[in-house]
Amino acid sequence: MPESSVPVALVTGARKGIGRYLAEHFLGQGLRVEGCSREPAGWEADGYCHHQLDVADEAAVKALFADVQKRHGRLDILVNNAGVASMNHVLLTPDATAARLLRTNFHGTFLMCREAAKLMRRRRYGRIVNLSTIAVPMQLEGESLYAASKGAVETFTRVFAREVAEFGITCNVVGPTPIETDLIRNVPQDKIAGIVQRLAIKRLGRFEDVANVIDFYVRPESDYVTGQVIYLGGAA
Amino acid sequence: MTDLMNGNKLDRAAVAEIVMAGVREAQALSAPAPDPAGLNEETRLIGEGAVLDSLGLVTAVLEIEQRLAEQHDVVLVLADERAMSQKHSPFRSIGSLTDYVLRLASESAHA
Repeated sequence: MPESSVPVALVTGARKGIGRYLAEHFLGQGLRVEGCSREPAGWEADGYCHHQLDVADEAAVKALFADVQKRHGRLDILVNNAGVASMNHVLLTPDATAARLLRTNFHGTFLMCREAAKLMRRRRYGRIVNLSTIAVPMQLEGESLYAASKGAVETFTRVFAREVAEFGITCNVVGPTPIETDLIRNVPQDKIAGIVQRLAIKRLGRFEDVANVIDFYVRPESDYVTGQVIYLGGAA
Repeated sequence: MTDLMNGNKLDRAAVAEIVMAGVREAQALSAPAPDPAGLNEETRLIGEGAVLDSLGLVTAVLEIEQRLAEQHDVVLVLADERAMSQKHSPFRSIGSLTDYVLRLASESAHA
């Protein structure tokens, strides 16, 4: 089976927002990039391959990694960016919403991490970055389920990092502040302004801020950094 | 016996050989590497007398998944919540793991 000489990165939720930015960011660094989302990508680029799937669908995830293995023979980087948000008071939140958030945000991350580690293990090298949110440390009202699903991702990451360290794989978390993406499109402006006022650095986040932390985590030199969480904006 | 799209037959002997190859690979990666000779269907993979430690079992299972995919185009997830149970784990011996792979492959082929 041929092994590509070029590093390969996989970004979930690559159709738009941070995911698309990161996919293009890695392409700009000369990597091969695989992306996925539930909808067609709607964009294309040399070196980019899009897969249409639900990250919480085990069979589809398994098939995705089999395809990456067949075409590239390696996976160097995985960024679990795919996520859904729901802003609501707990007392007004349907059960189905809770299931949907946990399914995509946590279950999807678990499946992607599990299958990625199987592939990365073979070269005894891998860098996995999971996306969380400042809603976890800031305990933002109205984001209980979103924050809880990401809190689960953080705890999973810390334990998973210990289990895969033996295989040369690191796994870390970056927790962005609000960024102008679809995820916060329906959040009232005054609520966003209130969150920004509680940050140490009082501005909205930018895609570049997220990419900067991810670049640090995925550098080969960061092989002694695992199970860590970095929140942007000085959130605590 | 499971018919596969590429025409290969996944019979018990083929699966048993894949399971043993995965165990040998896991043993070779452990330090110090034990003698890989003498593997058979009774060989214990977990618990007392096991030829692998827990990390070795993980490695063996992943090697088996990989060989099934590469050699037979059979994509399976060999995960089970009873993995570490000495009584009920499908991973307790080479024979039980072979049976488990055949069952999953059959279920997958008829899904």
